[in-house]
Amino acid sequence: MATTTPSPAQVAARSSVVPAGTPTAAVGAGEAMSGAQSIVRSLEEVGADVVFGIPGGAILPTYDPLLDSQRLRHILVRHEQGGGHAASGYAHATGRVGVTMATSGPGATNLVTPLADANMDSIPMVAITGQVGAAMIGTDAFQEADIVGITMPVTKHSYLVTDPADIPHVIKEAFHIASTGRPGPVLVDIAKSAMQAQTTFTWPSDVHLPGYHPVTKPHAKQVREAAKLLATARRPVLYVGGGVIRAQAWAGLRKLADLSGAPVVTTLMARGALPDTHPQNLGMPGMHGAVPAVAALQKADLIVALGTRFDDRVTGQLSSFAPHAAVVHADIDPAEIGKNRAVDVPIVGDLREVFADLVPALEAEHARTGLPDLAAWWHQIDGWRSTYPLGYTETADGLLAPQHVIQRLGQLNDPETVYVSGVGQHQMWAAQFITYENPRTWINSGGLGTMGYSIPAAMGAKVGRPDATVWAIDGDGCFQMTNQELATCTINDIPIKVALVNNSSLGMVRQWQTLFYDERYSNTDLHTGHGTRRVPDFVKLAEAYDAVGIRVESPAEVDDAIKRANEIDDRPVVVDFTVSRDAMVWPMVAAGVSNDDIQYARGISPAWDRED
Amino acid sequence: MTRHTLSVLVENKPGVLTRVSGLFARRGFNIHSLAVGPTEHETISRITVVVDVDALPLEQVTKQLNKLVHVLKIVELENDSSVGRQLLLVKVRADAQTRSGVLEVVNLFRAHVVDVVTDTVVVEAVGTDAKLTALIGALEPYGIREIVKSGTIAIGRGSRSITDRALERVRATA
Repeated sequence: MATTTPSPAQVAARSSVVPAGTPTAAVGAGEAMSGAQSIVRSLEEVGADVVFGIPGGAILPTYDPLLDSQRLRHILVRHEQGGGHAASGYAHATGRVGVTMATSGPGATNLVTPLADANMDSIPMVAITGQVGAAMIGTDAFQEADIVGITMPVTKHSYLVTDPADIPHVIKEAFHIASTGRPGPVLVDIAKSAMQAQTTFTWPSDVHLPGYHPVTKPHAKQVREAAKLLATARRPVLYVGGGVIRAQAWAGLRKLADLSGAPVVTTLMARGALPDTHPQNLGMPGMHGAVPAVAALQKADLIVALGTRFDDRVTGQLSSFAPHAAVVHADIDPAEIGKNRAVDVPIVGDLREVFADLVPALEAEHARTGLPDLAAWWHQIDGWRSTYPLGYTETADGLLAPQHVIQRLGQLNDPETVYVSGVGQHQMWAAQFITYENPRTWINSGGLGTMGYSIPAAMGAKVGRPDATVWAIDGDGCFQMTNQELATCTINDIPIKVALVNNSSLGMVRQWQTLFYDERYSNTDLHTGHGTRRVPDFVKLAEAYDAVGIRVESPAEVDDAIKRANEIDDRPVVVDFTVSRDAMVWPMVAAGVSNDDIQYARGISPAWDRED
Repeated sequence: MTRHTLSVLVENKPGVLTRVSGLFARRGFNIHSLAVGPTEHETISRITVVVDVDALPLEQVTKQLNKLVHVLKIVELENDSSVGRQLLLVKVRADAQTRSGVLEVVNLFRAHVVDVVTDTVVVEAVGTDAKLTALIGALEPYGIREIVKSGTIAIGRGSRSITDRALERVRATA
């Protein structure tokens, strides 16, 4: 494998001259190869199978051996942000580490948003970026950016590699850190000079991280305390977050829910962690949560928070959130416990282990004290359920209701279907109006709220789960941020389906302008929908990408369009549902106010006192 | 808000100071002083951070610091069970008329003169924040030309070493 260190000019010409031939044999000790080959080899050894990326100057040496890899599928994306979100969608859909690759400077800075997004939503991801040659670092060289410095606040960890000998252990550590403890993104920035230099490849047997020890085993005493509280609470609620999905702990959650008989609320990141048809599932809490879910938390005497972080979108005004509740908080990240809400019983641990201990502990408590009587609590909750079911009003302008589109989408697809949304009104409706029965069937950008997430993340999800039907549910605003990845989908045979909820505006912003800015619609009109010039025309745009474009303007066309889209499996499909722009997301807790002041629909607030 | 002194043992890796100080800034904590230097073990550095913060946010910042991969151990050093010192260098006007007065102050505070020219002296002093503030106050009337002060470094009293266990951990995973 000994090749001389190539100059940049040689590298550029090399792929057609010298077949680099990356070794894919079993782990060898001390094989001579280039740093670039060592990167590819390390990715293979660590078990990566897909890389979403784009080459450029500083990463070029690595793309040469990548061409010959038998174990890595590289998918050429059209924008680095698309590559990053695709890696995220892949990771979210599969639970495996997503990998993205980009060049230095602008290639790397384009990854900032996906890294920040993955950091907020605890997505296991490794980003490999090229960096200028080690001797040029710090000189403001062409396409130089201090990407380690830039991304430090938004990554779980990061590396700058200048010595090729460090490549195998750094990549092994990066994957270990990304996927263990609270998952998150890790950046590996590798100087071009390290890729070009000759090195000796040895795959390390272990990782050496003396400062990194995620606690996975919960403390037995705290688990017993939690069981005691749960066995005696009169108004308990299990407040379930995305951590249950990250920890693959949904089976344990199901056991705890069944055993405790307690109502369950599943946050935006946890939709599908417990089937929506489970009788104890009250749905989503928070700003646009279901009234029974929000009310149950407000009136609870015990909240058992599982893999969740008391986000402001869930708690509303923190000081008035769940004022009567004792709190048990279980999370893998000790820093989340007590961060926003004071905790009575803290449990640090992997949720799978927490459930494995908590379920028998609760059984023991039940054996000791008998089953708690939750009849009165359920009576109260069922009252809220029947008085304030999820619903929507028909539109006044006669145009299609977006909620109807999303509801039908959920009803016409099987429960294995994966839905991937962007951010805004369509995201909230998708979280509300689709019945999620399985974990990892709902993928969205929760913490960062990244518009444009849907198309690339759906692409990544489809690559990770090729047998699943993947529907991107996107808005016309979001779609215009990242739709270039439809080219990637068409070219690489990744047949995602796109339900474009086209209200011709930045809908959620417009909703706030309607409610809080006196209907002054400053810069939210996108001119893509009904009665506009349709710039761009999404059907034509889809066709330009060699995808199928379908326009739907009336309720009668909705079902047929969804069925037709489901029959197409050889290319992406974009269904442009032209909907009313006046539809709003309800219920709603206005920003910064108490969850007690939730509005079921505009101007309609539940009368709590009557039911108390 | 109360003043707290944290000793943060970190792996001696590039960028680790940026990670630690950046975390304080990002989470909205004001660093009163920060000092970093080597320890008795070449792979471990010690950062002494003094922060003005309430108890709950302090717990949060400690937990966030602990999540940094290069952070090995964090110990809060309480005032009565530790020794904390700063180094002060101060340049004071001192001509033939005033020099003896300046030197008297220097002696009273058990400080030293480390540079003398015709119109100024440079005084070196080591001590707690309170002592150094008092010294500066006493020198003020003579005319202070320049002050440079280090961050606090601190160590626990008694025979225990906080680096021991961190060291074991580094060796165990080596």
